[in-house]
Amino acid sequence: MNGMRFRGSVVALLLALVLGGCATTNSGTLTEVPAMHSINEFKDQRFADVSDPWEGFNRNMYQFNYYFDKYLFIPVVTGYEFVTPGFVQKRISGIYNNLGEVRNFTNSLFQLKGTESVTTLGRFVTNSTIGLAGMFDPATSFGLERHDQDFGKTLGYWGAGSGHYLVLPVFGPSSLRDAGGLAVDSAIYYGIYTAVDPFGSTGNSLAIDAGISVLGGIDTRHQQSFRYYESGYPFEYYLVRFIYHEKREIEINPQVPTKE
Amino acid sequence: MKQLILLIIVSFIMLPLMTVAADDGYGYPIQGSYEATIIGTPAQLMPEFPVTIRTRQLVLEINPDRKRPPIFFYDEGLRCTFAYQDKKAPLVFLIAGAGSGDRSVKLMTMMKAFYMAGYHVITVPSPSHANFIISASRSSVPGDLTEDAADLYRVMESAWKQVAGEIEVSSFNLSGYSLGGTQAAFVAKLDEERKAFNFRKVLLINPAVSLYSSATRIEDLMTQIPGGPKKQGVFFNSMLSKFSQYYRYGNFVAINDEFLYSIYAEKLFSREETAGLIGLTYRINLAGMIFASDVMTNSGYVVPKNRILKTTDSIFDYFLVSSHLSFIDYFNEYLFPYFQKQRPGLTKQQYINSLSLRSIEGYLASSAKIAVMTNENDFILTREDLAYLRQLFGGRAMIYPRGGHLGNLEFKENLAYMVAFFGEQK
Repeated sequence: MNGMRFRGSVVALLLALVLGGCATTNSGTLTEVPAMHSINEFKDQRFADVSDPWEGFNRNMYQFNYYFDKYLFIPVVTGYEFVTPGFVQKRISGIYNNLGEVRNFTNSLFQLKGTESVTTLGRFVTNSTIGLAGMFDPATSFGLERHDQDFGKTLGYWGAGSGHYLVLPVFGPSSLRDAGGLAVDSAIYYGIYTAVDPFGSTGNSLAIDAGISVLGGIDTRHQQSFRYYESGYPFEYYLVRFIYHEKREIEINPQVPTKE
Repeated sequence: MKQLILLIIVSFIMLPLMTVAADDGYGYPIQGSYEATIIGTPAQLMPEFPVTIRTRQLVLEINPDRKRPPIFFYDEGLRCTFAYQDKKAPLVFLIAGAGSGDRSVKLMTMMKAFYMAGYHVITVPSPSHANFIISASRSSVPGDLTEDAADLYRVMESAWKQVAGEIEVSSFNLSGYSLGGTQAAFVAKLDEERKAFNFRKVLLINPAVSLYSSATRIEDLMTQIPGGPKKQGVFFNSMLSKFSQYYRYGNFVAINDEFLYSIYAEKLFSREETAGLIGLTYRINLAGMIFASDVMTNSGYVVPKNRILKTTDSIFDYFLVSSHLSFIDYFNEYLFPYFQKQRPGLTKQQYINSLSLRSIEGYLASSAKIAVMTNENDFILTREDLAYLRQLFGGRAMIYPRGGHLGNLEFKENLAYMVAFFGEQK
């Protein structure tokens, strides 16, 4: 109990530190004059709203990701796109997407979705063999559709709410639940990877593993067209937040009692 | 990423749609004006373009002394996209529609069509887009066609100056869609005096004849929702729950083309609701303009005067407030008072009249290089507006039987017509 309370107050303290920065009022010399229109005059529901008590922190992270992208990530991705032929890029994406089927498979199992698990396993086996380690995707043309799954969705499926909105460094928009899910998925992935240890016999496995992870990161960003602040729309943060949240909620599709 | 505005609405554009074409020789399939506006052109009816073409983004410093407030820290200058040929070629400037940036989906499609036909292209954000308000507009108060045209002209000169050393240009041309179409007419007129470009040809695509009247017609879409525009939050939430319920019970794999197609095919949203969704998207778009302008001018319209917003400050309430304001509110409470102060004696009616193609009709009627392209069922035009365009432009008016507002802009035939218009020899 004490431990819990202690942890709670540490979190509160951290939040206060993070959020405190934005609570201080403008120390300029000019006094504020109320605006012509304010929220109080509209008797309407709020919309496109998402629980975001850590907004100050999140907006800082959003900004951090913008700079991270601008000065490191995107230049690297652009360099990769420049030196790699389009055909090769697609094959590399295919390989990583195929590895992602492991996550899809474990999570469809966790959700006890029988048909989906079989389909995903079928995709993985087909694309790993005939598809040459995922470089090609014959499974889709055989009618085996991809079902994207992750542990965040699994938690949601079993009834866990999204929790507050959370912008993660580098990974971007997430939620308390999905950030936890991401950690679990990564742990499972590396657990399997270590057990299989595909490059263990080369004597250079550490360097190869690191290379694989880095290339995976570059490929992931390469496959996303989103760029922070590119829309120039002043409320972009809120639309991204809303779309992320809503798309997840809709796609998680928890067990619903059938309507009578 | 402007198109981020409502994934739900915008993603419709990718619909793999099969509808029987009407028997009038025009292949664009979607009959309804609202549906066409939302769905746009089905992917298989667009021309095929290479995924990437040779482009780079120009970041222009138009007002060197301008201080940008901290909340707009990411805005480092006006962004234009530049696509270039490696030989001498004509150049075309493209002006985006209301609230759109230099990389809006429609602009990118037009850019590719012109590029593939051998043109250099420079795309310019709309003067109503936040980036333009923050970095390019002298007043930071968008909506005045004459001043916006002057700002656009400066931007084009600055963009041209930046690339002039790299490319060879045989002629300058101009086009724009929606509000950008109306603005293109004013820019063309200004060019007759300034002569920096001597535009060879100018095409206005789905332009508004009168800004005030078109804005009124778009706002009218919102009056069809239960409780009217002031209850847009209730409307938004109920549409969203309809959308997610439909997904939930429909056994779909993901929010993808198949799912969106079925929304259209099953007519999930009624005609009134479809209209309301268009109106709402427009409002959300407009909110960005109102907020950006208010912050830049410190007018105390939606943000308290003298408040300096920091990068981490929550501005969600300003989003809600701004999106509840109509263009008419903006006009009456912000735009008109601003210009009335500068031009004493200006009446509201005079000002409304000045924001119309009618105010430069003499020029438009006599200038053979300007043409218009629009649709019979474009809901931003009244019947009179359409008749007026026909009469004013005569043989220079191309009016398609359907397509709503911009729905057919990416249709093969329309793009081919645009490109051919600029290709004609005099």
